[in-house]
Amino acid sequence: MQALRYARATSIDEAMRMLQEGGETARVLAGGTDVIVQARERRRVIGLFVDIKHIPEVMALEYDPQRGLRIGSAVPLYRVYGDANVQRVYPALRAAAHVIGGKAIQGRASLGGNLSNASPAADSIPTMMASEAVAEIAGPNGRRDVRVNEFCTGPGRNVLQPGEFVVTLRFPQPAPHTGQAWERFIPRNEMDIAVVNAACALTLSGDTVTAARIAIGAVAPTAIMVPAAAEALVGRRLTDDTIAAAGAAAKDAAIPIEDMRGTVRQRKHLADVLVQRVVRAAAEKARGN
Amino acid sequence: MATSERLVITATINGDERTFLADSRDSLLEALRERLDLKGVKEGCNNGNCGACAVILDGRLVNSCCVMAAEIEGSRVETVEGLAGPEALHPLQQCFLEGAALQCGICTPGFLMSSKALLAENPAPTDEEVRFWLAGNLCRCTGYDKIIEAVQAAAEQMRAQK
Repeated sequence: MQALRYARATSIDEAMRMLQEGGETARVLAGGTDVIVQARERRRVIGLFVDIKHIPEVMALEYDPQRGLRIGSAVPLYRVYGDANVQRVYPALRAAAHVIGGKAIQGRASLGGNLSNASPAADSIPTMMASEAVAEIAGPNGRRDVRVNEFCTGPGRNVLQPGEFVVTLRFPQPAPHTGQAWERFIPRNEMDIAVVNAACALTLSGDTVTAARIAIGAVAPTAIMVPAAAEALVGRRLTDDTIAAAGAAAKDAAIPIEDMRGTVRQRKHLADVLVQRVVRAAAEKARGN
Repeated sequence: MATSERLVITATINGDERTFLADSRDSLLEALRERLDLKGVKEGCNNGNCGACAVILDGRLVNSCCVMAAEIEGSRVETVEGLAGPEALHPLQQCFLEGAALQCGICTPGFLMSSKALLAENPAPTDEEVRFWLAGNLCRCTGYDKIIEAVQAAAEQMRAQK
């Protein structure tokens, strides 16, 4: 492990001061399951860890049918998928949180960490994008909001400026008759990094789609929204043809790399298949809401 | 050049309050093995994939390679060394032994702690739930079936004891 110091913050202001004092190589420590490994493997130069897990706001999970859901950025995943309101109102988020890493990772890893780490294959990011989540960021110049779909700027890169960190993720209450779904493809049953993942939030009026948000991951430098897939659905009845058009739009939007997890052709095909699946699954849930 | 610091850490380790000296760059895995001489905690991949270093921190299963030692100040840590009682092995240990659910043994402490955390949350898991829960623990010797059987045998004993 590279030489580094550790500091425990108990308030946002204290964390701000610590990050400022630590300078360029200070990093926020939430669950640590990515950043500690990066420090050990010297993939990032880190001189100071500022542990934010003792800040109450960062560890809070609150739901209100009017205001929606707030999840502190360092709330561990087991609390996210174990929460009854998340299970009921945000089932796609529950599904993703439940299969990020194994149980020992989920005891520690967080949505704020998964987002800030900005992996193109991060499992929670497409579902946060589809459900219109907003990252509430604290920094030296106060608070600002960034939509999750505008947060990542490249592999491992994001909009955070020096001294800033994500405090809370806000999820609006879904409109009536909205369903959300998330899927990923991996070659084993558990504990793997997505070859492709996809999420959909869809609102129905009768059999007609009135709103749709579709996001896909592991097929571009960041997870991406696919507006063309949503446009293929909105204002139309859900039929095999419209769903196939949404899948085809996702296939077109996907610009994957070829690596040990999958070829370009396979990933584009998977984007098509998974988007069709999440659209069907989201529609099924929308009918029940 | 960045520096690290000497830290005095106080935490409850296997039920005993311990105060020890560590370096701010130590992972919990390193501190347990090198500062507290708890060599049951194994280093496998050292990157969160294999589960050989799994311990229970404040009641939750974690990979000790992905936790900094400094983070455990004021916390409770359980390792395989705390599993057996004064009179006998823990049912999980006994069932792993009797069922030959290990060969080289490097992964075993992690499997035991992971299984303990599972049975604390779900005393009567299905085989599929056991496999799902243990997906973060890798064993390159046994092929897993005997591990699943041992966990189920221990779960049955522990239910009967209640």
